[in-house]
Amino acid sequence: MEKFNEKNNEETYEDFTGVAEPTSRTVVVPGEVIASGGDFLAGEGARKEGDDVVASRYGLAEKIGRVVKIIPFSGAFIPRRNNVVIGRVNDIVHSGWIIDIDYAQNGFLPLMESPRFVNKHEMDQFLAIGDVVAAKVWSVSPKGIDLAMKGKGLGKLEGGFVFRVNSSRVPRIIGREGSMINLIKEKTGCNVTIGQNGWVWVKGADIDSELRARRAIEFIAEKVLVSGLTEKMEKWFGENK
Amino acid sequence: MTFKRPDGRKLDEMRPMVAKIGVVPNADGSAMFTFGKTVAIAAVYGPRLLHPQHMQDPKAAILRVNYDLLSFSVADRKKPGPSRRSQEISKVTEWALSPALDLKEFPNTVIDVQIYILQANASTRVAGINAASMALAQAGIPMKDLVCAVSVGKMDKDLVLDVNDEEEHFEDGEGATDMATARLANSDKWTLLQLDGKIQPELYPKALSMADKAFAKIYEVQKKALKDVMEEEK
Repeated sequence: MEKFNEKNNEETYEDFTGVAEPTSRTVVVPGEVIASGGDFLAGEGARKEGDDVVASRYGLAEKIGRVVKIIPFSGAFIPRRNNVVIGRVNDIVHSGWIIDIDYAQNGFLPLMESPRFVNKHEMDQFLAIGDVVAAKVWSVSPKGIDLAMKGKGLGKLEGGFVFRVNSSRVPRIIGREGSMINLIKEKTGCNVTIGQNGWVWVKGADIDSELRARRAIEFIAEKVLVSGLTEKMEKWFGENK
Repeated sequence: MTFKRPDGRKLDEMRPMVAKIGVVPNADGSAMFTFGKTVAIAAVYGPRLLHPQHMQDPKAAILRVNYDLLSFSVADRKKPGPSRRSQEISKVTEWALSPALDLKEFPNTVIDVQIYILQANASTRVAGINAASMALAQAGIPMKDLVCAVSVGKMDKDLVLDVNDEEEHFEDGEGATDMATARLANSDKWTLLQLDGKIQPELYPKALSMADKAFAKIYEVQKKALKDVMEEEK
Protein backbone atom coordinates (compact mmCIF):
# COMPACT_ATOMS: atom_id res chain seq x y z
CA MET A 1 0.00 0.00 0.00
CA GLU A 2 2.75 2.45 0.85
CA LYS A 3 4.94 2.03 -2.16
CA PHE A 4 2.88 3.29 -5.09
CA ASN A 5 2.52 6.82 -3.83
CA GLU A 6 6.18 7.47 -4.16
CA LYS A 7 6.68 5.67 -7.43
CA ASN A 8 3.66 6.31 -9.57
CA ASN A 9 1.71 9.18 -8.11
CA GLU A 10 4.56 11.61 -8.33
CA GLU A 11 5.59 13.51 -11.41
CA THR A 12 9.16 14.54 -10.80
CA TYR A 13 11.01 17.29 -12.62
CA GLU A 14 13.42 14.75 -13.96
CA ASP A 15 10.62 12.80 -15.65
CA PHE A 16 9.45 15.94 -17.34
CA THR A 17 12.58 17.42 -18.84
CA GLY A 18 15.68 15.68 -17.69
CA VAL A 19 16.57 18.87 -15.81
CA ALA A 20 16.44 18.64 -12.05
CA GLU A 21 15.28 22.09 -10.89
CA PRO A 22 12.98 24.76 -12.33
CA THR A 23 14.86 27.94 -13.21
CA SER A 24 12.04 30.36 -12.40
CA ARG A 25 8.53 30.41 -10.94
CA THR A 26 5.90 33.13 -11.38
CA VAL A 27 2.15 33.41 -10.94
CA VAL A 28 0.43 33.93 -14.30
CA VAL A 29 -3.11 34.59 -15.50
CA PRO A 30 -4.57 33.28 -18.80
CA GLY A 31 -3.38 35.27 -21.83
CA GLU A 32 -0.21 36.47 -20.18
CA VAL A 33 3.05 36.08 -22.11
CA ILE A 34 5.39 33.94 -20.01
CA ALA A 35 8.43 33.78 -22.26
CA SER A 36 9.16 35.40 -25.60
CA GLY A 37 11.83 34.97 -28.19
CA GLY A 38 14.31 32.14 -28.07
CA ASP A 39 13.10 28.63 -28.59
CA PHE A 40 10.93 27.99 -25.55
CA LEU A 41 8.52 25.09 -25.69
CA ALA A 42 4.98 25.18 -24.35
CA GLY A 43 4.25 22.47 -21.78
CA GLU A 44 0.99 21.67 -20.04
CA GLY A 45 -1.25 24.70 -19.50
CA ALA A 46 0.65 26.87 -21.97
CA ARG A 47 0.52 27.44 -25.73
CA LYS A 48 2.65 28.97 -28.45
CA GLU A 49 1.61 32.15 -30.21
CA GLY A 50 4.27 33.07 -32.74
CA ASP A 51 7.50 33.32 -30.78
CA ASP A 52 5.77 33.77 -27.43
CA VAL A 53 4.74 31.18 -24.90
CA VAL A 54 1.36 32.26 -23.53
CA ALA A 55 -0.45 30.99 -20.42
CA SER A 56 -3.71 29.13 -21.00
CA ARG A 57 -4.44 28.62 -17.34
CA TYR A 58 -4.14 30.42 -14.05
CA GLY A 59 -1.35 29.04 -11.90
CA LEU A 60 2.35 28.94 -11.25
CA ALA A 61 4.47 29.08 -14.43
CA GLU A 62 7.67 27.12 -14.24
CA LYS A 63 10.55 27.38 -16.67
CA ILE A 64 12.50 24.16 -16.61
CA GLY A 65 15.23 24.41 -19.18
CA ARG A 66 13.43 25.24 -22.42
CA VAL A 67 10.04 23.98 -21.34
CA VAL A 68 7.44 26.27 -19.77
CA LYS A 69 4.56 24.61 -17.95
CA ILE A 70 1.84 25.76 -15.59
CA ILE A 71 0.99 24.15 -12.28
CA PRO A 72 -2.62 25.02 -11.40
CA PHE A 73 -3.61 25.98 -7.85
CA SER A 74 -7.33 25.58 -8.05
CA GLY A 75 -10.16 24.18 -10.07
CA ALA A 76 -11.82 20.84 -10.62
CA PHE A 77 -9.93 17.57 -11.09
CA ILE A 78 -9.12 16.63 -14.69
CA PRO A 79 -8.11 12.98 -15.10
CA ARG A 80 -4.95 12.09 -16.99
CA ARG A 81 -3.59 8.67 -17.93
CA ASN A 82 -1.74 6.96 -15.08
CA ASN A 83 -3.32 9.10 -12.36
CA VAL A 84 -4.07 7.11 -9.26
CA VAL A 85 -7.56 8.02 -8.11
CA ILE A 86 -9.81 7.01 -5.26
CA GLY A 87 -13.46 6.51 -6.15
CA ARG A 88 -16.71 5.05 -4.97
CA VAL A 89 -18.66 2.29 -6.69
CA ASN A 90 -21.76 3.87 -8.21
CA ASP A 91 -23.27 1.00 -10.11
CA ILE A 92 -22.62 -2.57 -11.21
CA VAL A 93 -23.11 -3.42 -14.88
CA HIS A 94 -22.69 -6.72 -16.71
CA SER A 95 -19.03 -6.20 -17.60
CA GLY A 96 -17.69 -4.20 -14.68
CA TRP A 97 -18.20 -1.45 -12.15
CA ILE A 98 -19.06 2.22 -12.61
CA ILE A 99 -16.87 4.31 -10.32
CA ASP A 100 -17.51 7.89 -9.26
CA ILE A 101 -14.11 9.62 -9.41
CA ASP A 102 -15.29 13.18 -8.80
CA TYR A 103 -15.22 14.21 -12.43
CA ALA A 104 -17.91 15.05 -14.99
CA GLN A 105 -17.74 11.47 -16.27
CA ASN A 106 -17.72 8.30 -14.24
CA GLY A 107 -14.86 5.85 -14.51
CA PHE A 108 -15.37 2.30 -15.74
CA LEU A 109 -13.59 -0.57 -14.02
CA PRO A 110 -13.78 -3.73 -16.15
CA LEU A 111 -14.53 -7.09 -14.56
CA MET A 112 -11.16 -8.32 -15.87
CA GLU A 113 -9.38 -5.97 -13.50
CA SER A 114 -10.34 -7.83 -10.37
CA PRO A 115 -7.32 -9.67 -8.97
CA ARG A 116 -9.19 -12.93 -8.43
CA PHE A 117 -12.02 -14.75 -10.18
CA VAL A 118 -15.37 -13.03 -9.71
CA ASN A 119 -18.62 -14.78 -10.46
CA LYS A 120 -20.52 -12.61 -12.95
CA HIS A 121 -23.72 -13.12 -11.00
CA GLU A 122 -22.20 -12.18 -7.68
CA MET A 123 -20.08 -9.17 -8.57
CA ASP A 124 -21.11 -7.39 -5.38
CA GLN A 125 -19.23 -10.05 -3.42
CA PHE A 126 -16.05 -8.37 -4.59
CA LEU A 127 -17.13 -4.72 -4.95
CA ALA A 128 -20.55 -3.61 -3.82
CA ILE A 129 -22.21 -0.25 -4.44
CA GLY A 130 -20.71 2.26 -2.02
CA ASP A 131 -17.35 0.52 -1.68
CA VAL A 132 -14.27 2.68 -2.04
CA VAL A 133 -11.45 1.68 -4.37
CA ALA A 134 -8.03 2.97 -5.37
CA ALA A 135 -7.55 2.60 -9.12
CA LYS A 136 -5.39 3.91 -11.90
CA VAL A 137 -6.63 5.82 -14.94
CA TRP A 138 -5.97 3.53 -17.86
CA SER A 139 -7.31 5.74 -20.65
CA VAL A 140 -9.22 8.99 -21.08
CA SER A 141 -11.28 9.24 -24.26
CA PRO A 142 -14.44 11.05 -25.31
CA LYS A 143 -16.24 7.73 -24.78
CA GLY A 144 -15.29 7.53 -21.16
CA ILE A 145 -12.63 6.91 -18.60
CA ASP A 146 -11.30 3.39 -18.19
CA LEU A 147 -9.73 2.37 -14.92
CA ALA A 148 -7.26 -0.32 -14.03
CA MET A 149 -6.78 -1.96 -10.67
CA LYS A 150 -3.79 -4.18 -11.24
CA GLY A 151 -0.79 -2.80 -9.45
CA LYS A 152 0.69 -2.30 -6.06
CA GLY A 153 -1.48 -0.39 -3.63
CA LEU A 154 -4.55 -0.52 -5.86
CA GLY A 155 -7.76 -2.27 -4.94
CA LYS A 156 -10.62 -2.08 -2.52
CA LEU A 157 -9.99 0.15 0.49
CA GLU A 158 -11.33 -1.40 3.66
CA GLY A 159 -11.64 0.29 7.04
CA GLY A 160 -10.40 3.79 7.81
CA PHE A 161 -12.14 6.75 6.21
CA VAL A 162 -12.05 8.92 3.12
CA PHE A 163 -12.08 12.72 2.96
CA ARG A 164 -11.53 15.28 0.22
CA VAL A 165 -9.01 18.04 -0.40
CA ASN A 166 -8.62 20.26 -3.46
CA SER A 167 -7.08 18.12 -6.20
CA SER A 168 -4.54 20.80 -7.15
CA ARG A 169 -3.00 20.48 -3.69
CA VAL A 170 -2.25 16.76 -4.05
CA PRO A 171 1.34 17.04 -5.41
CA ARG A 172 2.26 19.17 -2.40
CA ILE A 173 0.75 16.70 0.06
CA ILE A 174 2.78 13.92 -1.50
CA GLY A 175 5.92 16.07 -1.59
CA ARG A 176 9.04 15.63 -3.63
CA GLU A 177 9.75 11.91 -3.96
CA GLY A 178 6.97 11.33 -1.43
CA SER A 179 8.83 13.12 1.38
CA MET A 180 5.74 14.75 2.88
CA ILE A 181 3.46 11.73 2.77
CA ASN A 182 6.18 9.58 4.28
CA LEU A 183 6.58 12.08 7.10
CA ILE A 184 2.86 11.93 7.84
CA LYS A 185 2.83 8.14 7.79
CA GLU A 186 5.86 7.99 10.03
CA LYS A 187 4.55 10.50 12.58
CA THR A 188 1.00 9.17 12.82
CA GLY A 189 1.57 5.50 12.12
CA CYS A 190 -1.35 5.62 9.68
CA ASN A 191 -1.71 4.12 6.28
CA VAL A 192 -2.45 6.94 3.81
CA THR A 193 -3.42 6.77 0.14
CA ILE A 194 -3.95 9.95 -1.85
CA GLY A 195 -5.76 9.98 -5.18
CA GLN A 196 -4.96 12.66 -7.74
CA ASN A 197 -8.65 13.56 -7.61
CA GLY A 198 -8.15 14.86 -4.07
CA TRP A 199 -9.71 11.95 -2.21
CA VAL A 200 -7.60 10.83 0.69
CA TRP A 201 -7.95 7.52 2.49
CA VAL A 202 -6.56 7.19 5.99
CA LYS A 203 -6.41 4.08 8.13
CA GLY A 204 -4.62 3.78 11.41
CA ALA A 205 -4.55 1.79 14.63
CA ASP A 206 -7.02 4.10 16.37
CA ILE A 207 -9.30 7.01 15.50
CA ASP A 208 -7.08 9.58 17.22
CA SER A 209 -4.09 8.90 14.99
CA GLU A 210 -6.34 8.86 11.92
CA LEU A 211 -7.76 12.28 12.83
CA ARG A 212 -4.26 13.60 13.46
CA ALA A 213 -3.21 12.49 9.97
CA ARG A 214 -6.28 14.18 8.55
CA ARG A 215 -5.53 17.44 10.34
CA ALA A 216 -1.95 17.33 9.07
CA ILE A 217 -3.10 16.81 5.47
CA GLU A 218 -5.67 19.58 5.69
CA PHE A 219 -3.03 21.87 7.15
CA ILE A 220 -0.75 21.23 4.16
CA ALA A 221 -3.64 21.74 1.72
CA GLU A 222 -4.15 25.20 3.19
CA LYS A 223 -0.48 26.18 3.14
CA VAL A 224 0.31 24.92 -0.30
CA LEU A 225 2.62 27.75 -1.38
CA VAL A 226 4.79 27.92 1.72
CA SER A 227 8.34 26.93 0.95
CA GLY A 228 10.22 24.44 3.12
CA LEU A 229 6.94 22.89 4.16
CA THR A 230 8.43 19.54 5.12
CA GLU A 231 10.50 21.24 7.86
CA LYS A 232 7.44 23.20 9.00
CA MET A 233 5.47 19.98 9.24
CA GLU A 234 8.14 18.43 11.47
CA LYS A 235 7.51 21.36 13.81
CA TRP A 236 3.72 21.03 13.43
CA PHE A 237 3.88 17.40 14.58
CA GLY A 238 5.88 18.52 17.59
CA GLU A 239 3.20 21.07 18.53
CA ASN A 240 0.14 18.94 17.73
CA LYS A 241 0.54 15.75 19.68
CA MET B 1 -20.98 73.17 -21.94
CA THR B 2 -19.84 69.74 -21.04
CA PHE B 3 -21.92 67.37 -18.99
CA LYS B 4 -21.28 67.59 -15.27
CA ARG B 5 -21.33 64.16 -13.65
CA PRO B 6 -23.42 63.91 -10.50
CA ASP B 7 -20.66 62.24 -8.50
CA GLY B 8 -18.00 64.72 -9.66
CA ARG B 9 -16.04 62.28 -11.80
CA LYS B 10 -14.21 63.33 -14.98
CA LEU B 11 -15.90 62.18 -18.18
CA ASP B 12 -13.36 59.40 -18.71
CA GLU B 13 -13.04 58.41 -15.08
CA MET B 14 -14.34 55.11 -13.72
CA ARG B 15 -15.73 54.51 -10.27
CA PRO B 16 -13.28 52.85 -7.87
CA MET B 17 -12.94 49.15 -8.61
CA VAL B 18 -12.45 46.30 -6.16
CA ALA B 19 -11.72 42.74 -7.22
CA LYS B 20 -11.36 39.64 -5.08
CA ILE B 21 -11.22 35.95 -5.86
CA GLY B 22 -12.27 32.87 -3.91
CA VAL B 23 -15.35 34.45 -2.35
CA VAL B 24 -17.53 31.30 -2.64
CA PRO B 25 -15.77 28.41 -0.87
CA ASN B 26 -17.95 25.68 -2.33
CA ALA B 27 -17.40 26.70 -5.98
CA ASP B 28 -14.55 25.52 -8.21
CA GLY B 29 -13.78 29.18 -8.89
CA SER B 30 -15.36 32.42 -7.72
CA ALA B 31 -14.78 36.16 -7.77
CA MET B 32 -16.26 39.50 -6.79
CA PHE B 33 -15.98 42.65 -8.88
CA THR B 34 -17.28 46.10 -8.01
CA PHE B 35 -17.68 49.39 -9.87
CA GLY B 36 -18.37 51.86 -7.05
CA LYS B 37 -21.72 50.79 -5.59
CA THR B 38 -22.33 48.03 -8.14
CA VAL B 39 -21.27 44.69 -6.63
CA ALA B 40 -21.24 41.45 -8.64
CA ILE B 41 -20.17 37.98 -7.55
CA ALA B 42 -19.59 35.07 -9.89
CA ALA B 43 -19.23 31.38 -9.06
CA VAL B 44 -18.06 28.72 -11.51
CA TYR B 45 -18.93 25.03 -11.16
CA GLY B 46 -17.58 22.31 -13.36
CA PRO B 47 -16.84 20.92 -15.86
CA ARG B 48 -19.65 18.59 -14.75
CA LEU B 49 -22.07 16.18 -16.35
CA LEU B 50 -24.77 17.86 -18.44
CA HIS B 51 -28.39 16.86 -18.17
CA PRO B 52 -30.60 16.69 -20.21
CA GLN B 53 -28.39 14.60 -22.43
CA HIS B 54 -29.64 16.09 -25.71
CA MET B 55 -27.99 19.39 -24.76
CA GLN B 56 -24.56 17.75 -24.61
CA ASP B 57 -21.98 18.64 -27.22
CA PRO B 58 -19.75 15.65 -28.00
CA LYS B 59 -16.97 17.98 -29.18
CA ALA B 60 -16.70 20.43 -26.30
CA ALA B 61 -18.12 21.58 -23.01
CA ILE B 62 -20.94 24.09 -23.11
CA LEU B 63 -21.00 27.29 -21.11
CA ARG B 64 -24.16 28.06 -19.17
CA VAL B 65 -24.45 31.46 -17.54
CA ASN B 66 -27.11 32.52 -15.10
CA TYR B 67 -27.26 36.20 -14.25
CA ASP B 68 -29.66 37.56 -11.66
CA LEU B 69 -30.24 40.54 -9.46
CA LEU B 70 -30.77 39.55 -5.85
CA SER B 71 -34.04 40.81 -4.44
CA PHE B 72 -32.36 43.34 -2.12
CA SER B 73 -29.95 44.71 -4.73
CA VAL B 74 -32.24 47.49 -5.94
CA ALA B 75 -34.27 50.21 -4.20
CA ASP B 76 -37.63 48.56 -4.91
CA ARG B 77 -37.52 44.85 -4.06
CA LYS B 78 -36.83 42.79 -7.17
CA LYS B 79 -39.09 39.80 -7.50
CA PRO B 80 -36.77 36.79 -7.28
CA GLY B 81 -36.39 34.38 -10.15
CA PRO B 82 -35.66 34.63 -13.85
CA SER B 83 -37.13 37.47 -15.89
CA ARG B 84 -37.04 38.61 -19.49
CA ARG B 85 -34.19 40.96 -18.62
CA SER B 86 -32.09 38.45 -16.66
CA GLN B 87 -32.43 35.81 -19.37
CA GLU B 88 -31.21 38.25 -22.00
CA ILE B 89 -28.25 39.31 -19.91
CA SER B 90 -27.37 35.69 -19.14
CA LYS B 91 -27.25 34.99 -22.85
CA VAL B 92 -25.15 38.03 -23.84
CA THR B 93 -22.77 37.28 -20.96
CA GLU B 94 -22.40 33.74 -22.29
CA TRP B 95 -21.55 35.14 -25.72
CA ALA B 96 -19.15 37.67 -24.21
CA LEU B 97 -17.23 35.00 -22.29
CA SER B 98 -17.20 32.00 -24.60
CA PRO B 99 -14.68 33.39 -27.17
CA ALA B 100 -12.14 33.50 -24.34
CA LEU B 101 -12.59 29.86 -23.37
CA ASP B 102 -11.10 26.70 -24.78
CA LEU B 103 -13.60 23.97 -23.98
CA LYS B 104 -12.53 21.17 -26.32
CA GLU B 105 -10.91 19.28 -23.48
CA PHE B 106 -14.23 18.50 -21.77
CA PRO B 107 -16.72 16.94 -24.19
CA ASN B 108 -20.32 16.30 -23.07
CA THR B 109 -19.99 18.49 -20.00
CA VAL B 110 -21.23 21.85 -18.82
CA ILE B 111 -19.50 24.72 -17.09
CA ASP B 112 -21.97 26.64 -14.97
CA VAL B 113 -21.39 30.29 -14.20
CA GLN B 114 -23.67 31.91 -11.65
CA ILE B 115 -23.56 35.70 -11.54
CA TYR B 116 -25.39 37.45 -8.76
CA ILE B 117 -25.65 41.20 -8.30
CA LEU B 118 -25.52 42.00 -4.59
CA GLN B 119 -25.97 45.72 -5.11
CA ALA B 120 -27.05 47.38 -8.35
CA ASN B 121 -26.03 50.85 -9.41
CA ALA B 122 -26.04 50.51 -13.22
CA SER B 123 -23.37 48.69 -15.29
CA THR B 124 -24.25 45.43 -13.58
CA ARG B 125 -23.78 43.21 -16.61
CA VAL B 126 -20.24 44.44 -17.24
CA ALA B 127 -19.33 44.03 -13.56
CA GLY B 128 -20.72 40.50 -13.84
CA ILE B 129 -18.58 39.74 -16.90
CA ASN B 130 -15.45 41.02 -15.16
CA ALA B 131 -16.18 38.85 -12.12
CA ALA B 132 -17.04 35.79 -14.23
CA SER B 133 -13.83 36.01 -16.25
CA MET B 134 -11.78 35.96 -13.05
CA ALA B 135 -13.86 33.14 -11.58
CA LEU B 136 -13.35 31.04 -14.73
CA ALA B 137 -9.60 31.58 -14.47
CA GLN B 138 -9.64 30.47 -10.85
CA ALA B 139 -11.68 27.41 -11.76
CA GLY B 140 -8.74 26.31 -13.91
CA ILE B 141 -10.68 26.39 -17.18
CA PRO B 142 -8.29 26.66 -20.17
CA MET B 143 -8.64 30.22 -21.48
CA LYS B 144 -7.17 32.25 -24.31
CA ASP B 145 -7.41 35.46 -22.34
CA LEU B 146 -9.26 37.27 -19.59
CA VAL B 147 -12.32 39.31 -20.57
CA CYS B 148 -12.64 42.96 -19.56
CA ALA B 149 -15.94 44.82 -19.73
CA VAL B 150 -17.04 48.39 -19.18
CA SER B 151 -20.00 50.58 -20.05
CA VAL B 152 -19.72 53.75 -22.12
CA GLY B 153 -22.52 56.30 -22.01
CA LYS B 154 -23.56 59.45 -23.78
CA MET B 155 -25.09 62.19 -21.68
CA ASP B 156 -26.65 64.77 -23.98
CA LYS B 157 -23.66 65.28 -26.32
CA ASP B 158 -20.79 64.05 -24.13
CA LEU B 159 -19.33 60.59 -23.87
CA VAL B 160 -18.82 59.26 -20.35
CA LEU B 161 -17.19 56.13 -18.99
CA ASP B 162 -18.75 53.70 -16.50
CA VAL B 163 -22.33 54.90 -16.24
CA ASN B 164 -23.94 54.99 -12.80
CA ASP B 165 -27.59 54.79 -11.87
CA GLU B 166 -28.24 58.53 -11.71
CA GLU B 167 -26.68 59.07 -15.13
CA GLU B 168 -28.64 56.23 -16.62
CA HIS B 169 -31.83 58.20 -15.92
CA PHE B 170 -30.49 61.51 -17.27
CA GLU B 171 -33.10 63.15 -19.50
CA ASP B 172 -31.89 66.60 -20.61
CA GLY B 173 -30.89 67.40 -24.19
CA GLU B 174 -30.35 64.28 -26.23
CA GLY B 175 -30.90 62.17 -23.12
CA ALA B 176 -28.92 59.21 -21.87
CA THR B 177 -27.42 56.43 -23.96
CA ASP B 178 -25.43 53.58 -22.55
CA MET B 179 -23.50 50.82 -24.20
CA ALA B 180 -22.07 47.70 -22.56
CA THR B 181 -18.76 46.69 -24.11
CA ALA B 182 -16.39 43.77 -23.54
CA ARG B 183 -13.13 42.74 -25.13
CA LEU B 184 -10.45 40.10 -24.71
CA ALA B 185 -7.75 41.74 -22.61
CA ASN B 186 -4.73 41.24 -24.88
CA SER B 187 -6.27 41.41 -28.32
CA ASP B 188 -8.70 43.53 -30.32
CA LYS B 189 -11.44 40.91 -30.28
CA TRP B 190 -14.62 42.58 -29.00
CA THR B 191 -17.09 40.19 -27.47
CA LEU B 192 -19.91 42.49 -26.44
CA LEU B 193 -21.33 45.72 -27.87
CA GLN B 194 -24.85 46.30 -26.63
CA LEU B 195 -26.21 49.76 -27.38
CA ASP B 196 -29.19 51.11 -25.50
CA GLY B 197 -30.21 54.52 -26.88
CA LYS B 198 -28.88 56.59 -29.75
CA ILE B 199 -25.36 57.59 -30.72
CA GLN B 200 -23.96 59.43 -33.78
CA PRO B 201 -21.78 57.24 -36.01
CA GLU B 202 -18.94 59.82 -35.67
CA LEU B 203 -18.91 59.29 -31.90
CA TYR B 204 -18.72 55.53 -32.11
CA PRO B 205 -14.91 55.20 -32.61
CA LYS B 206 -14.38 57.69 -29.81
CA ALA B 207 -16.60 55.65 -27.49
CA LEU B 208 -14.66 52.49 -28.30
CA SER B 209 -11.28 54.10 -27.69
CA MET B 210 -12.57 55.32 -24.33
CA ALA B 211 -13.51 51.73 -23.49
CA ASP B 212 -10.09 50.59 -24.68
CA LYS B 213 -8.37 52.79 -22.12
CA ALA B 214 -10.67 51.51 -19.40
CA PHE B 215 -9.93 47.87 -20.28
CA ALA B 216 -6.24 48.40 -19.58
CA LYS B 217 -7.10 49.59 -16.06
CA ILE B 218 -9.67 46.84 -15.44
CA TYR B 219 -7.20 44.20 -16.63
CA GLU B 220 -4.62 45.42 -14.11
CA VAL B 221 -7.20 45.18 -11.29
CA GLN B 222 -8.20 41.65 -12.33
CA LYS B 223 -4.61 40.53 -12.70
CA LYS B 224 -3.64 41.98 -9.34
CA ALA B 225 -6.53 40.22 -7.58
CA LEU B 226 -5.58 36.86 -9.09
CA LYS B 227 -1.89 37.28 -8.27
CA ASP B 228 -2.35 38.75 -4.78
CA VAL B 229 -4.18 35.68 -3.51
CA MET B 230 -1.07 33.64 -4.20
CA GLU B 231 1.15 36.16 -2.47
CA GLU B 232 -1.09 36.15 0.61
CA GLU B 233 -0.85 32.39 0.91
CA LYS B 234 2.92 32.57 1.06
